[in-house]
Amino acid sequence: MSVDVHLVPASLDLYHLILIGSLAAMVLLMFILTLLWLRQKGRIAELQVHSGGVKQPLDSSSQDASDKTVKAVRLSNPEGAMQLLGLLQNEARFVDFIQEEISVHADADIGAAARVVHEGCRKVIRGHFDLVPIRVEVENSRITLQEGFDPSANRITGHIVGQPPFSGTLIHKGWRVQRVDLPKVTDGHDLSIIAAAEIEL
Amino acid sequence: MINPRFFVGIDLGTTHCVLSYLELRKDHSIEEADSVVLSIPQLIAPGEVGTKPQLPSFLYEAHNAELGPHERRLPWEAEPKAIVGELARQLGAKTPIRLVASAKSWLSHSGVDRRSALLPIQATEDVPKVSPLTATIEYLRHLRDAWNHELKDAVLSNQDLVITVPASFDPAARELTLEAAHSLGLHQAVLLEEPQAAFYSWIQSSHGQWRAQVKPGEVILVVDVGGGTTDLSLIAVSEDQGSLSLKRVAIGDHILLGGDNMDLALAYTLKNKLEAEGKRIEAWQIQALTHACRQAKESLLVEDGPDAVEIAVPNRGSSLIGGVIRTRLTRDEVDDILVNGFFPEVELSDLPKSLPRTGLTIVGLPYAQDPRITSHLAAFLTKQVRATEELDGFNSNPSLGFLKPDAILLNGGVFKSPALVRRIVAVVNRWSHQAAGQSVRLLSGADLDHSVARGAAYYGSVRKGHGVRIRGGIAAAYYVGVESAMPAVPGLQPPLEALCIAPFGMEEGTQAELPPFEFGVVVGEPVHFRFFVSKTRREDPVGTRLDSWTHDELEELEPIEVVLSADNHHQGQVIPVHLGAKVTEVGTLQLEAISKLDQHRWKVELNVRPQ
Repeated sequence: MSVDVHLVPASLDLYHLILIGSLAAMVLLMFILTLLWLRQKGRIAELQVHSGGVKQPLDSSSQDASDKTVKAVRLSNPEGAMQLLGLLQNEARFVDFIQEEISVHADADIGAAARVVHEGCRKVIRGHFDLVPIRVEVENSRITLQEGFDPSANRITGHIVGQPPFSGTLIHKGWRVQRVDLPKVTDGHDLSIIAAAEIEL
Repeated sequence: MINPRFFVGIDLGTTHCVLSYLELRKDHSIEEADSVVLSIPQLIAPGEVGTKPQLPSFLYEAHNAELGPHERRLPWEAEPKAIVGELARQLGAKTPIRLVASAKSWLSHSGVDRRSALLPIQATEDVPKVSPLTATIEYLRHLRDAWNHELKDAVLSNQDLVITVPASFDPAARELTLEAAHSLGLHQAVLLEEPQAAFYSWIQSSHGQWRAQVKPGEVILVVDVGGGTTDLSLIAVSEDQGSLSLKRVAIGDHILLGGDNMDLALAYTLKNKLEAEGKRIEAWQIQALTHACRQAKESLLVEDGPDAVEIAVPNRGSSLIGGVIRTRLTRDEVDDILVNGFFPEVELSDLPKSLPRTGLTIVGLPYAQDPRITSHLAAFLTKQVRATEELDGFNSNPSLGFLKPDAILLNGGVFKSPALVRRIVAVVNRWSHQAAGQSVRLLSGADLDHSVARGAAYYGSVRKGHGVRIRGGIAAAYYVGVESAMPAVPGLQPPLEALCIAPFGMEEGTQAELPPFEFGVVVGEPVHFRFFVSKTRREDPVGTRLDSWTHDELEELEPIEVVLSADNHHQGQVIPVHLGAKVTEVGTLQLEAISKLDQHRWKVELNVRPQ
């Protein structure tokens, strides 16, 4: 089968590619964030949370009961993950989008849905997290890691030999959650309900 | 009150409430202090409490089967009486018959009994209703409890507290706002006009530099376009013993027209566009369209902004792809609807039109019929042409036909759009140039969304002597109607005279002298007086009697009522009384009937059930 590429406007194609590409990146970001969030839970007490404009350390005992029992290996907290899913569904229709079979739809329709998902995800992320890059240097520039650098914040790859200081190319600047302010949940609230069924009377 | 630690300002807005505070510390002056906007905990979804800098001014009357008891719980209260804020707004978008909105506009609506349970206005019979006053109390209660929850060691009732009201609020609405605060134990609350609050915020944010930006003899126009109202004021700058002094010399009429009207206008344009393409737009989608338009206009109304913004509104089912309604909002449309629709280039003589009511307005509220804000501004500046006539050092020139401002301070979220700022400045400049005057200066630097609350907190410290205070007193004169004595003519109402009882510019904490005119009032029977206000008659002393006035000069308010209780008098006895006025320290007007016999005083009620 031969395809005449000129039948499809190149700009439109590019447009949809960008949309779908950014969407894929966004979905990935979501999962990374979820993981990051779960990993952060254990050391969350170090973070400062904004509560009513007054900075106070988060009370870890009331936030995470699993802290008391598990120390060596952290048990991920399903409640935090479900809460984030609920927020993403509520603002961005995230679960609806992921649960849907994408292959049967036209790019234009996927693109339209992506706008809703992107705008909502951004609102949730910007509203509940302060994200800052770990490295301030420009990507692809040469940087030096001094002895005693934090290996979990600076992942070294490739030709790892010798002792620090290490010189290398900054591939990705990294992201760190500087502040997290997730909604508090009332006692008895069922977080497993990501979206309630809606019945109009 | 024990020594307050914080100066707190509350902006009880038509669509959003904001609370800001300022901590007075010994180690720096108040001009260096920064005000903080409280992140207000509120239900943001059933069972979830998040914080937002704004509390949406909505109240939702949930059905008892609608939410589980734990789903409406607040950190400080297991069973809140009312659902207010973000969750109320969200639930109300899908169930409008249970949503109380614009309670503030109802609170200032003299055509209804503001204490009677009439909201939601669109409610069906079995929905419980609340009064505009109760709704105001609930918003304030949430703010008070949120504060007390966040700052446990400094309860709100022990802090210095300023609550803002529109400059155009009538005396009855001001008193009701204060009553709401008192009912919550906030007896220390003081009122401040919103345009003044915006001005204080500008002063504060300049960190002392504001003195370099204005000169004695200048007049500053404050245009505050909120979510639901447009509020105008003029502030004159003079010199007093070598330092600058400020006086608020005029306020505008109550104009129910704001940023929400603009977003709604855009949303309906898109709705029409979509329906022309054969797509059906349901009522709930208007909400989503309005929200999308609010965001889109901000990116379209900047210089070198995009030519169009894509808008996508999802459907309600779980299938997202394919069910999204797409459209685009273009720069031309926004220019046409907002810039030319709400801020057209009008002549000074182009006064707001009263149009026949259309089907779009909600029954009840006296919404502005003419959406042209520039036209309302023209009416204000022409009406106030003599605003600075009595002040020393001002070139008052009534022959110009309008009061030419020297500088302009804009406030409200709509002015995040640079095109709207440019347009309103251009329009005022054109009027100025036509009068051979100079261009106006734009005063900038204020936080458009939160400046009213910030300025209110700052005003609290100014009242304690930490900065320049805007003077001006009441920006209106008040009159009661007196039937003139004349032989009865069948079928003819005796002509009415207006007796001035409170002159223009009465300062807070002062009492007007008693007018040399007495009324005979029967003990035990309610007596009503017709009540009038003038925002332009600056020269009438107490006792002035007007036998004729233009429609523009005097505006009738709801009647006032006095009941002489029979404590010291016999039922049915006729007592000669004077009607006296005072302006309280907190900024409300109080009227009293004072017995000529024994100086006994009775309160005259401003909030009277309309007959």
